[in-house]
Amino acid sequence: MADHLETRNSTTTLAGPEPVLAPGHTYATVTDKIAAVPLEVGWPRFWIVGFTISALIFGMLLMTILWLLGKGIGVWGPNNPVGWGFDIINFVWWIGIGHAGTLISAILLLLRQQWRMSISRFAEAMTLFAVACAFLYPTFHTGRPWLAYWLLPYPNTMAMWPQPRSPLLWDVFAVSTYATISLVFWYVGLIPDLASMRDRAKSRFAQVIYGILALGWRGSAQHWNHYEIASLILAGLSTPLVLSVHTVVSFDFAVGLIPGWHATIFPPYFVAGAIYSGFAMVLTLAIPMRAWYGMQDFITMKHIDNMCKVMLGTGLIVAYGYAMEAFMAWYSGNLWEMFMFKNRTTGPYGWSYWSLIIFNVLIPQVLWLKKARQNIPLVFVLSLVINVGMWLERFVIIVTSLHRDFLPASWGMYYPTKYDWSMYLGSIGLFLTLMYLFVRFLPSISIFEVRTLIPRASKGGAH
Amino acid sequence: MSQIFHPSTNTLSKVSIVSVVLLLGGLGYGLLALNRSPYVARTKIPFDQPVPFSHKHHVAGLGIDCRYCHTTVERTASAGMPTTETCMSCHSMIWTNAPMLEPVRQSWATGKSLEWTRVHDLPGFVYFNHSIHVNKGIGCASCHGRVDQMPLVHQENTLYMEWCLDCHRHPEKHIRPRDKVFEMAYQPPANQLELGAKLVKEYKVQKLTDCYTCHR
Repeated sequence: MADHLETRNSTTTLAGPEPVLAPGHTYATVTDKIAAVPLEVGWPRFWIVGFTISALIFGMLLMTILWLLGKGIGVWGPNNPVGWGFDIINFVWWIGIGHAGTLISAILLLLRQQWRMSISRFAEAMTLFAVACAFLYPTFHTGRPWLAYWLLPYPNTMAMWPQPRSPLLWDVFAVSTYATISLVFWYVGLIPDLASMRDRAKSRFAQVIYGILALGWRGSAQHWNHYEIASLILAGLSTPLVLSVHTVVSFDFAVGLIPGWHATIFPPYFVAGAIYSGFAMVLTLAIPMRAWYGMQDFITMKHIDNMCKVMLGTGLIVAYGYAMEAFMAWYSGNLWEMFMFKNRTTGPYGWSYWSLIIFNVLIPQVLWLKKARQNIPLVFVLSLVINVGMWLERFVIIVTSLHRDFLPASWGMYYPTKYDWSMYLGSIGLFLTLMYLFVRFLPSISIFEVRTLIPRASKGGAH
Repeated sequence: MSQIFHPSTNTLSKVSIVSVVLLLGGLGYGLLALNRSPYVARTKIPFDQPVPFSHKHHVAGLGIDCRYCHTTVERTASAGMPTTETCMSCHSMIWTNAPMLEPVRQSWATGKSLEWTRVHDLPGFVYFNHSIHVNKGIGCASCHGRVDQMPLVHQENTLYMEWCLDCHRHPEKHIRPRDKVFEMAYQPPANQLELGAKLVKEYKVQKLTDCYTCHR
């Protein structure tokens, strides 16, 4: 590798706008550095160790599913009155995590935010894998997943259409649209880089595989023209999805009549929470990756700083949501709302509410300090704290609202079983397994987009 | 560097785009068609029975009414299967030595029922009542087909839910006057929809399509 790469990070202390690409790079060095990860770096020790651990946890997921199919979903903890336990908590958690990818790739593209370029690729991959994990829960919650296709409208022999008045059906459409658009967007964005990989691959096998995936891309002006149009159309299609998908997910609750769910603030508060947890997950993944593969030139301190600011902003919206829930419980004068809030904060699950406030509201306030945003280990820990906090948020919303509803006679408690936990941890294993495979075999940073960040000699300023 | 792919790949890739669409479309269409085929729906297939009882002979040939054997069709959920005594009310006098009827005589002698093979086998989670349909002007042949033309009975209709719902949503298409219910050769008049609407009103037919009408 060229010597000038060693100067990385030194610029971050300089005055003036921080760069989104370390100085000194040329087209060739960018391509060399990023394409080397799948093609030349091979099987480093951290990859093998990390992948093996993830794959073992993924294996636990498969065993759990096997057991679940054999025994039925009674092996999970949900009961009456808490009919939605870990399955929906984890579903919402994963779907939320996915949102950062779409926000980065669609909205920030339309807003011409250059700092998105080096993180969009793996944020989109993260979206896809998170949606795959999310799919697990409602599918297996149906109890008979082999009949899950009944959720789709098709001309069946029962002359039945899915119930259009159920928000759960809206979920089916929202999430499957989201998965489809995200996959297509991600893949279209990969095509020029897959062609670079094809052209650089040494082995015949890699050439053929990357070649097939590159769909005959030659980088002609016409190709680029088509690419730009397709990319803009897909960004346009994805942009409303950033807002709509989690809005629809929040309808699962808001349309219900249970106190603690039936609130008009849910859609914006869920969307903000989704972006909050999504950026936390991007940081959780980006920080080790840039260190392991030496990608500090491309994912600079500027990126980390920006992502921290997004987290701070969305975190404040989420905190406002919590405050409004408390305020409305008091202001509405509604007996059930007031009881719900009292039970949520001081009832048997009070610990989860206060942990949520600490994890999601109090601790992240350190992000106001620039020093904190520049402290990589601290940001990594914060990203984990926020991930846990956002998981607790869904736990609080689902469990504390359901376990004590209108009728004291139907009150109960929810205790997750070991299969709830192994399904949850297992899905993290699936997610990390897919992430490891992605980083190993595909360029995890968009080569051609980062190349556009290189200052041009002719007209225009730095970027 | 030599080319990775042969020039024919250009054609192949174009063909594959079209063929994937056609293949998936064809597969979907094929599965739906298969699901409604006589093979899956078990329609039009005569069933083997312990005695090869011919409805064609007894109904069309001899003119025996449905209710002579299926005695409870107007009163209960089940149409009722005839007892061996019902068979023997004739066959103790005619065809007394026919080898074909040996199982009937055996049943009569031992008191052990004949075990017919069920042709119209609704799933256990479906509640069905013959009497309400018969009393509201739905003919036997509307569901069972021309049983008087069947040497061995087969299932005429799929009994799929879409088939049930078609009539429950539009009973005027199939309803007939009550006195024509057991008439096998009944032909709906040219103004069926007009007559049907009138009968639906007259017989107070409710278009019951709630889930719990059948799934109780």
